[in-house]
Amino acid sequence: MNNEIVPIRDGYGKALLKLGVENENVIVLDADLSSSTRTNWFAEKFQQRFVDVGIAEQNMVGIAAGMSLNNKIPFVTTYGVFVCGRAFDQIRNTVCYSHLNVKIVGSHGGISVGPDGGSHQAIEDISLMRTLPNMTVVVPCDHIQAYKATLAIADHKGPVYLRLAREATKTITTEQDEFQLGKAQIITEGEDCVIFFAGTIGAEVVQATELLRKDKISPTVINLHTIKPLDTEVIIKYAKRFDKIFVVEEHLKIGGLGAAISQTLTEFYPRKIIHIGIDDRFGESGDPHVLLDAFGLSAARIMDKVLQSI
Amino acid sequence: MGNKLKIRKLEEKSVQIRKNLLKMIEKAGSGHPGGSLSATDIGTALFFSEMNYKSQNPEWKKRDRFILSKGHAAPLLYTLLASAGYFSPSKLNNLRKYKSILQGHPASYLVPGVEVSTGSLGQGLSIAAGIALSAKIDKHQYRVFTLLGDGELNEGQIWEAAMFAGHKKLDNLCAIVDRNRLQIDGDTEKVMALEPLEKKWQSFNWNTICIDGHDFNEILSALEQFKLNSNKPFVIIAKTVKGKGVSFMENEAGWHGKAPNQEQLKIALNELDR
Repeated sequence: MNNEIVPIRDGYGKALLKLGVENENVIVLDADLSSSTRTNWFAEKFQQRFVDVGIAEQNMVGIAAGMSLNNKIPFVTTYGVFVCGRAFDQIRNTVCYSHLNVKIVGSHGGISVGPDGGSHQAIEDISLMRTLPNMTVVVPCDHIQAYKATLAIADHKGPVYLRLAREATKTITTEQDEFQLGKAQIITEGEDCVIFFAGTIGAEVVQATELLRKDKISPTVINLHTIKPLDTEVIIKYAKRFDKIFVVEEHLKIGGLGAAISQTLTEFYPRKIIHIGIDDRFGESGDPHVLLDAFGLSAARIMDKVLQSI
Repeated sequence: MGNKLKIRKLEEKSVQIRKNLLKMIEKAGSGHPGGSLSATDIGTALFFSEMNYKSQNPEWKKRDRFILSKGHAAPLLYTLLASAGYFSPSKLNNLRKYKSILQGHPASYLVPGVEVSTGSLGQGLSIAAGIALSAKIDKHQYRVFTLLGDGELNEGQIWEAAMFAGHKKLDNLCAIVDRNRLQIDGDTEKVMALEPLEKKWQSFNWNTICIDGHDFNEILSALEQFKLNSNKPFVIIAKTVKGKGVSFMENEAGWHGKAPNQEQLKIALNELDR
């Protein structure tokens, strides 16, 4: 970890600039949040290929669908809550059912959105998107991975949901790390347990791991940035190796990464998992770090949970 | 071809389309005759007079695009496509059957000529506007047509898309409202009033025209007018009769989504032959 603190959205914004130069079919759409989602960087350079639809997410998904029918690669961008919730039917019936090449990018995932409160914190987006046939779901962990993930999904033909977050977070991957859709990334190999995670919560997991090492506990940490299709091979392999299996996610326990792993293990290698996520409730306002701690998702709380369980 | 002859041919064609779509619905045992019959003349004019396409090459880049926003009129679309040569008319016998390409509502991944899947109402205008905008970006000359039900204008997304198309001045986009005045729960003006409908579109910066949606003279001249259209998107509000052509179906909301039985079909086909 190089400890550089950068919002994951920056990686997305930068990747769009690269795509703008390299692929004239890339179109970026936003619903009046372009400065917040970083699509304004693209908008300044490629005015003709940027579409601000105003505050109208359902229409935005439809416009993108239409453009994809004309060989465009549209990146629909807004907050995760708004696009996954409000435009769910459009994503389901138009984009996924028709198998269109539309990229849905939901920024502001998780409770670390902070002060805006529960209305703006997407905590069910992964659950909603992974239920849709034909959909790929990608949750990068930092700005470097978001950059690579954005380039990768542009190359992937078909609907994709890319989840981003608001808060600047520690960078835990490097430029050299390989990124491949559907392939888990091993962050650290340890002896005592395995921790699976996805998303910016990875910074807390990595920090928790460092704290645990002081207690002579060395976890294996695995980044499952692609939640669908899930790297079941890696999950089963490590479930066989370790007694204690932890899953950490900044998302409802219902339907997210933990649920996906649980489903996989139940079917192929039944094991108990220790799931650290958000219980059946909404988020609330507060400082992001205060919230992460309150919801049991800070490095310290993750460490506690691991210590209790081992 | 002289105009009179052309119109007579279209009239004959529309009778054939009506008969075929009723037959397929009867065979399926379910489906939507009312809104298919009200839009038959419009669809016939589009597919057999107005639009450029190559049915043997459904992906032909320069084709005009047609989006059936009111996806429940699938029997109409399938009949038009089969008649235009996109697939064998024998497939019409399998509407709504397991493994058929002809799903209850159009699925684009199965049917050549269906641009996008529809069925959940209110989405076609956005899709059509997206195609129209990307055509402008790429400087393509083709045009985009979308057929909307009047009931589906209840959906907010339609008006998001109307605002968008007006704002972007998508003059290559033609929406046609099948104004049959009936939705499932009854009279559109009683369920959720749409009037003054033409003024609504105008206030969203659209060029508008109101026509009799069963008069080919009027349909063709409205489409001619669209050829001259510029600077704004274009909407044709076509006054139609739900169930048009079959006396016992006309203006009956109950025939929105009900199949005729064999006897009713026989009567309907006889009436259409007259």
